[in-house]
Amino acid sequence: MSIATTLTQAPVKVHEDKCIAEKGCTVCVDVCPLDVLAIDLVKKKAFMQFDECWYCLPCETDCPTGAVEVSIPYLLR
Amino acid sequence: MKRIDMEFDLVVIGGGTGGPMAAVKAKEKNPKLKVLLIDKAHVKRSGAISMGMDGLNNAVIPGHATPEQYVKEITIANDGIVDQAAVMAYAANSFDMIQELDRWGVKFEKDETGDYAVRKVHHLGSYVLPMPEGHHMKKILYRQLKRARVEITNRVVVTRLLTGANGEVSGVMGFDCRTADFYVIRCKAAVITTGAAGRIGLPASGYLMGTYENPTNSGDGHAMAYHAGAALANLECFQINPLIKDYNGPACAYVTGPFGGYTANARGERFIECDYWSGQMMLEFHRELQSGNGPVFLKLDHLAEETISEIEHILHSNERPSRGRFHDKRGNDYRKQMIEMHISEIGFCSGHSASGIWTNARGETSVPGLYAAGDCASVPHNYMLGAFVYGRICGHNAAEYCGAVADRAIDEGAVAAEQARVSAPLQRSEGPTPFQIEYKTRRLVNDYLQPPKITRKYEIGLRRFDEVREDAQAMLATNPHELMRAMEAMSIIDCAEMAARSSMFRAESRWGLYHYCVDHPERDDANWFCHTLLSKGADGSMTMAKKAVEPYIVPIDDEERDAYQRLRVERKAEAA
Ligand SMILES: Cc1cc2nc3c(=O)[nH]c(=O)nc-3n(C[C@H](O)[C@H](O)[C@H](O)COP(=O)(O)OP(=O)(O)OC[C@H]3O[C@@H](n4cnc5c(N)ncnc54)[C@H](O)[C@@H]3O)c2cc1C
Ligand code: SF4
Ligand code: SF4
Repeated sequence: MSIATTLTQAPVKVHEDKCIAEKGCTVCVDVCPLDVLAIDLVKKKAFMQFDECWYCLPCETDCPTGAVEVSIPYLLR
Repeated sequence: MKRIDMEFDLVVIGGGTGGPMAAVKAKEKNPKLKVLLIDKAHVKRSGAISMGMDGLNNAVIPGHATPEQYVKEITIANDGIVDQAAVMAYAANSFDMIQELDRWGVKFEKDETGDYAVRKVHHLGSYVLPMPEGHHMKKILYRQLKRARVEITNRVVVTRLLTGANGEVSGVMGFDCRTADFYVIRCKAAVITTGAAGRIGLPASGYLMGTYENPTNSGDGHAMAYHAGAALANLECFQINPLIKDYNGPACAYVTGPFGGYTANARGERFIECDYWSGQMMLEFHRELQSGNGPVFLKLDHLAEETISEIEHILHSNERPSRGRFHDKRGNDYRKQMIEMHISEIGFCSGHSASGIWTNARGETSVPGLYAAGDCASVPHNYMLGAFVYGRICGHNAAEYCGAVADRAIDEGAVAAEQARVSAPLQRSEGPTPFQIEYKTRRLVNDYLQPPKITRKYEIGLRRFDEVREDAQAMLATNPHELMRAMEAMSIIDCAEMAARSSMFRAESRWGLYHYCVDHPERDDANWFCHTLLSKGADGSMTMAKKAVEPYIVPIDDEERDAYQRLRVERKAEAA
C-alpha cells in the first residue's frame, strides 16, 4: 500500500469527563451535518473522527452536558 | 454492499429547507401518498438553515412591496434573463408562506403595531424581514414533518435517479454513509432539494469544508439531474459572494445595512450604493480590490454601542453562530475596527444568483415526474423563502402527478451499473483518495474558472478536469464515510465541467462579475438575450442550447432596466 496518514489537529474537542456516551448518548454524532463525529467504542466517548468541520455548532448546542467545544478550524482561524 | 429495496409514491431528496416543505405539502394534498424524505445528513440539523437564519431576504409583504415590484426588481438585478412567470409564482405566494410559517411558530420581527418590520437592502424596493429569534427553524420544520407523517431516512447519500422508457422518473438510488448499504427506492415522482453546489471552488483558506454553503451541498442534485436527462439553466451565472475573509461566511450586509453598516474600501469610504448581492455589486467589489483601494471591509465602527450589540446578538447567535468565535481569535471588534471581507470561490446557487436545474413556474424540470426547488433549481434569487414557496409548489404538483400515473418498473440493468459504480472505491486497496481528487479539482477550478473568465484558461481547465476524471476512476475509499466523499468528488467534477462548458458557450459578458468574460467584455443583447441550457447529448457528452426568454408579464421600462448597472458611488473629481 502506498497510502499515508497525515496527522491534523481537529477543531472539535470532547471533554470526556462530561461526555455521557457510555449511557447511550449519541446526540452530537446524530446532528452533525458532515457526519464527522463518532463514538470511540473502547473509551465510550464521542470524538472527532474526520477533520471536515463546517464550524456550524449543532454538536455543541445540542449536547446535553456541554461536553463539546468547537474551535474555528486552524487553517482559517 | 447489502441492497435495500423500498417503495414510495414520492421521494424528496434533501431535507434541508425546501425539502421538508415539499414533503409536508405533498402529504397535506394527499394524505394517502407514501412520501419519503431522504437526506445524507440528519433532517433535524441539515442544510443551509442548520442553525437557523438571520432573516428573510426577499419577503413580499403587502404595504411594503407588491409581487409586480418584486418581479421587476429581480428581472433588473438579473440583467433581464428571467422567466418572470416563475419569479411571479414565488412573489405571489410569498406572503401566504410567511403567514403560514408565522402560524407554525417562526418568529419574525414586528413593529409596535404588529406589522412586519420590513427593511430596505435591495436597490429599489423593501424586502428584508429580520428574524432575531431565527434559530428555531429546523425544530419547527421537524414538528411539521412528524405531524404530516412523512417518513424520513437519514444518512443516505442519493447518487442517481432511475428513469423509465419515456425518460420519466421511476426510482432513486443511493447508499448509507455509515454502512454502505445500497438503496433502491421505486417511486413515481421525485423532488430534488439538495441545495447549492457549494464545493466547486476552493476557499482561499485552503480548507475544503470552509465554504459559504453547508458543505453537504456538493452539487449531487445537479449531477443526478444531469445524468437523468434534465436540463440545467444559466450555469455560467456563478454564485460569488462577499464574505468575511477566511471565515467565508456572511458578515452580513443584509443584517447590518438597515442599522447603518456598509461595505467600505481601505479608507473607510463607501464605494457601492447598494449592498444587495448582485453580479454588479461583486464586480465593483472586485474592481476595488484590483484598484489598490482594497482590502474591502464591512464598516460598523461608526455605529452606537446599542446598535452594535444588537447586531452582535443577531450575528453571533443565529445562522452562523461561530462568527463571534472567529472574531475573538482575530481580535476583531465591530466597535473598534472594520472587518476584512473577501470574494468567495465560485458555486451554483439560485438562492443567491440564478443558475440550477431548469424548472418552470410549477417546479417541473424537463424530466417527467422530476421536480426541483430551492438553491438547486433555476428560479433566481430565491433565498430561504423561495425554497419554502417552491417546496410547497413542488409538493402539491408532485402529489397530483403521483395520483395520475401508474406504478413504475425498475430498470435492473441500470441498478446493477450504479451499484457497481458506487461500490468500486471500497473494493480497491490503492488509488488517489477522495480528498486528493476533490482538492485538485477545486484548486483547478480556482486557477482556471474563477472570473474574470478567459477562454484560453477555460480550455486548459477542461483538459485538466478530464485528467482528474480519469484519475477518479481509480479512487480509493477505505470506509463508507470516505465513500461519501468519493461520490461527492464525482459530483464536483461534473459541476466543474458544467461551469466551464456553460461559461464558454455564452460569448458575451453579463451579470457583473458572475459572467465577466475578458474575450467578450460587452453585454450582447442581440445574440445573448436568452437563457442557456446544458443537458446530456445523445453521445453522452454535455451539450449547450439557447432558450428564448419567456415573454414578460411585468414590463420593464428603459429607465429602470439598467438600475443595477449604476451601483458605483459617483465621486466628484478630486482636486489635483
Ligand atoms: C450561511 C448562509 C446564510 C444565509 N442567509 C440567508 C438569510 O439571511 N436569509 C435568506 O432568506 N436566505 C439565506 N440564505 C439562503 C438560504 O438559506 C437558502 O437559499 C435555502 O435555505 C436553501 O434551501 P434548500 O432546501 O435549497 O437547501 P438546503 O436547506 O441547504 O438543503 C439541502 C439538503 O440536501 C441534502 N443533500 C445534499 N446532497 C444530498 C444527497 N446527495 N443525498 C441526500 N441529501 C442530500 C443536504 O444534507 C441538505 O439537508 C443563506 C444561506 C447560507 C448558506
Ligand atoms: S452529545 Fe455530548 S454527551 Fe452526548 S455523546 Fe456527544 S459529547 Fe457525549
Ligand atoms: S461544528 Fe458542525 S460540522 Fe463541526 S463537528 Fe459540530 S456539527 Fe459537525
